[in-house]
Amino acid sequence: MEFIQFDHVSKSYDKQLVLDELDLYIKENTFVTLLGPSGCGKTTTLRLLGGFEKPDSGRIYLNGNDITALPANLRPINTVFQKYALFPHMTIEENIAFGLNIQKKSKEYINDKIKYALKLVNLDGFEKRSIDSLSGGQQQRIAIARAIVNEPKVLLLDEPLGALDLKLRQNMQYELMKIKQELGITFLYVTHDQEEALTMSDTIVVMNQGYIQQIGSPEDIYNEPENAFVADFIGESNIIEGIMIKDELVSFLGVQVPCVDKGFGTMKPVDVVIRPEDVELGYPGKGFMDGVITDCLFKGVHYELDVQCGEYEWLVHTTKYFEVGQKVSLNVIPFNIQIMNKPESEDEEVMKEDD
Amino acid sequence: MTNVKKGASYLYLGLVFLFLYAPILVLIVLSFNDSMSRTVWGGFTLKWYMNLTSNDNIMGALGTTIRITLSSSILATILGTSAAIGIHYMKKRHAAIMLGATNIPLLNADIVTGISLMLLFTRFTPLGEFSVVLAHIAFSVPYVIFNVLPRLQSLSEACYEAAMDLGATPMYAFYKVVWPEIFPGVLSGFLMALTMSLDDFTITYFTKGAGVNTLSTMLYTQLRKGIQSELYALSTILFLLAFILLLVMNFKKDVRKEAKTK
Repeated sequence: MEFIQFDHVSKSYDKQLVLDELDLYIKENTFVTLLGPSGCGKTTTLRLLGGFEKPDSGRIYLNGNDITALPANLRPINTVFQKYALFPHMTIEENIAFGLNIQKKSKEYINDKIKYALKLVNLDGFEKRSIDSLSGGQQQRIAIARAIVNEPKVLLLDEPLGALDLKLRQNMQYELMKIKQELGITFLYVTHDQEEALTMSDTIVVMNQGYIQQIGSPEDIYNEPENAFVADFIGESNIIEGIMIKDELVSFLGVQVPCVDKGFGTMKPVDVVIRPEDVELGYPGKGFMDGVITDCLFKGVHYELDVQCGEYEWLVHTTKYFEVGQKVSLNVIPFNIQIMNKPESEDEEVMKEDD
Repeated sequence: MTNVKKGASYLYLGLVFLFLYAPILVLIVLSFNDSMSRTVWGGFTLKWYMNLTSNDNIMGALGTTIRITLSSSILATILGTSAAIGIHYMKKRHAAIMLGATNIPLLNADIVTGISLMLLFTRFTPLGEFSVVLAHIAFSVPYVIFNVLPRLQSLSEACYEAAMDLGATPMYAFYKVVWPEIFPGVLSGFLMALTMSLDDFTITYFTKGAGVNTLSTMLYTQLRKGIQSELYALSTILFLLAFILLLVMNFKKDVRKEAKTK
């Protein structure tokens, strides 16, 4: 049995099904991110593990023990909340000591722990300050410190960086990874920000509408999305309907292109995913199809181009500048063409996740 | 031009204060007047206040008032605080219904509330001090609810969950996290209930039954017999009590603001 295990867990609010028979396994000492759009069930999954919600059916196991009925205060799990949830009438010191006081730890132990935790989140010497005097980023660090002093087996983080500005968010991502390494405990992180998920996680769980769409390492999820939803949600992509003619040959937009995927059968409808940065532009006639640049936007690191090829408009990222109206050819090396099974109906998509 | 404007606004302010406070001021002055006449100043005296203390009727009414006011506002605070917590965690639609119901006693004419409470009480219990306490609780509870509810709403929902997450039992979480945040609201609700109970005449008058008198109903019955100068002293005391409560409430607010800015 894995460290954390969700076994056929279902949950609905007001008759609206949020999680349907969810099965999820999490290894000890990993950084796992639940990623998905709002309403996909990721926060509910986190709250179920934290003990703030009870599942309608199914069991949840931690370290082999059934914790489904265990209330939040008895679980060896601590949470960093989205809106920090610091206690406003207490000093920083009192906030951090809250859990340790309940455990009736000695005064020296508590003081040592506070010092250690504040050092870990880069706020040494803030013990006596009030919560009001802190910025959003600092408050979030205190929330992290308050959770980790209790030495939880699992730390839950519910979109903890959502309220911070971009620069701060990036800094906090590195700090979270550093804290994770220092503590060596399991992190379960919830976010809708794909970049955050790709940067920090060992494992990403992509969720949509109460179902797990794909579980894998950031590289797997980005490079080998299993279905159109994952491909679309993680980064930008060109998703084109195509037909798998035979192994290593796919047809889309009227052309046949070699690829590296096998085992889809012959003449099978599929979705073809091509990342915008994998499309190479050249002189007309040099690629598998020609098109016309219809838009060119400067994005800093790259230009974002729209290339019209008959009916389909490609999204292309390139470091070179192209004039609007210029004729170009498109080419993609076989390795960068990703073939995905096309779900014939929504039910089939669901069935796939169940088995 | 600005001077004229300024002068006019001060004049206006002065007039407002004059109309608001002149009658009370006259009352207070008369309570120290060593003359039975209302128009002649007979010199300063405290004898009406001394007479009050030797008047058994009035001293009895004072005791009744204190008993009723304290017991009704303490019970109303407990009830109102629990009700506010309940309403806060209700579903939105149910909470709206409860709040509407809470509003009605505030808007209802006192005399209607008084008569309907009297009709209700006579079915179950003889009218007396007990029924007055019940009536006072009934009209004080909304004030407590409306003082506590905003404090609950400003408290982050997640704070209670955070306390549980850190190992607190529900009782400990409430006591350590929720209570300190709503306490100022509970206190101002209590002071409001105190003021309302102390000031009330109409509802008390209808629910008190024979022989029971609070200071305000005592004042009324005495006035019907003719105006005595002791009553000026009694009214002054009632006014001062309400005034002091008001000062306490405002002072409390200032202290809180200062603590925030620190």
